[in-house]
Amino acid sequence: MTDRPLKVLIAKPGLDGHDRGAKVLARGLRDEGFEVVYTGLRQTPEMIVTAALQEDVDVVGLSILSGAHMTLVPRVCRLLGERGLGDVLVTAGGIIPDDDVPALKECGVAAVFGPGTTIAEVADFLRANARPRD
Amino acid sequence: MADLRAPAVDEAAIAERANALCDAALAGDRRALARLLTAVENRSPLAEPALRRLYPLAGRAQLIGITGPPGAGKSTLVAALIAELRRAGRPVAVVAVDPSSPITGGALLGDRVRMQAYASDDGVFIRSMASRGHAGGLASATTAAAAVFDAAGFDVVLIETVGTGQSEVEVAATADTTVVVEAPEMGDEIQAIKAGLLEVADIIVVNKGDRPGAHRTASQLHAMLAGAPQEARPGKPVPKHPEVLVTTAANGEGVPELVAAVDRHRSGVAAADREAARLKRAEAQVWAVLVDRLHERVRSLEGAGSLSPAVEPGAASGRLGAGSNALAAERPAAGDLLRSVASHELDPYAAADAILSRLMAGTPPPEVRPRSR
Repeated sequence: MTDRPLKVLIAKPGLDGHDRGAKVLARGLRDEGFEVVYTGLRQTPEMIVTAALQEDVDVVGLSILSGAHMTLVPRVCRLLGERGLGDVLVTAGGIIPDDDVPALKECGVAAVFGPGTTIAEVADFLRANARPRD
Repeated sequence: MADLRAPAVDEAAIAERANALCDAALAGDRRALARLLTAVENRSPLAEPALRRLYPLAGRAQLIGITGPPGAGKSTLVAALIAELRRAGRPVAVVAVDPSSPITGGALLGDRVRMQAYASDDGVFIRSMASRGHAGGLASATTAAAAVFDAAGFDVVLIETVGTGQSEVEVAATADTTVVVEAPEMGDEIQAIKAGLLEVADIIVVNKGDRPGAHRTASQLHAMLAGAPQEARPGKPVPKHPEVLVTTAANGEGVPELVAAVDRHRSGVAAADREAARLKRAEAQVWAVLVDRLHERVRSLEGAGSLSPAVEPGAASGRLGAGSNALAAERPAAGDLLRSVASHELDPYAAADAILSRLMAGTPPPEVRPRSR
């Protein structure tokens, strides 16, 4: 359908407890007209992928500030593929060094949003890149 | 503006896809189930053939509505109910509704936060749903989503409403058992005898039982609700006599008792009342489809997602009752009607009647002329 809202899962994988950014983004995307599912803190990749599957989201946004992104993000991407969710757009945000970005993109992350990214930039990117599904 | 005379999407192909999804979902494929729920929620073309296939398979699950004001602990209680029902080995589905923004259409669906412990349990399926402008505490697709879960073999479907005020009672028509969750000290006895939410409760739960005042609140509610007449007077509905329980959802206290009370309610409802409730649910569903159909037909007259006619030169050239069934001729006619209403030359009822008669008969509506002012 053309005018239905895009559905986005905002997830906090791993053990860091810093979810201000995730909550600000969740609320900001709500204001941009997205339907945002927020999972809460300390999610395993398995929990995130199960939530993405059950909610049938268009986008999974991962917020990580712990430095564990090179472990957790590829794992989420791999599990998404294994469970038939390869068409879901994956983005990451938080504290992710530039040097790591190519490797993350290699494993399927469409974009990495660092500090200073505006809500509008994220929203525009998602609208432009989430695959239309029925 | 979408052209509605564009070649219709291939119905056979859609039916085939819907069937394939249903086959997979019924065989336990959770991805397919999620896709079906999306189709139902978005009213995609897949939804109708899928529901036609699945609806006859539904009707076995126990539908439990969980409603109450924001912050009373509905989601936490749902999580506690999942744990309790899973201990008994019963497959549980959840439809958790949160409000959509009336301004942007966006929504923050946060009920899942409290229910994340069941990711590896295939017997639990949680689906968040935005209300998308539907009033009444549910989304318009909630009942259909519950039927999909029911058909897919879930023994229990928990339906969590948006945080409700006093009058969002739609869940009572959807669920077999309606649980109203209150928090301690939410109001005095007068609140308990107001019309609305508490009236539709089959069970009342005072949650946050570890807070001071929980038991006092429960006994006040119990005392005020106990006064309802025991027998139905002729021609009046049977008054409900809800049990009042105290739970502490965060640690599971009182939750086994709640499950027992729900089961007791289900088996205690007289067959005649259960039949009446099912009829009521059927009526609500058929009405919803009728209203949808009407929306579709009216919109198809306009060809856009909105009832409002596009303001464009030439759009007003069509005449009401022009006598042609061609969509192209009807579109501007409905647009004319709307414009007449907008300018108060025509009242909304006359306009609606004109549109309706056109839809019903497929014939030109009676000549409705705007009053001259």
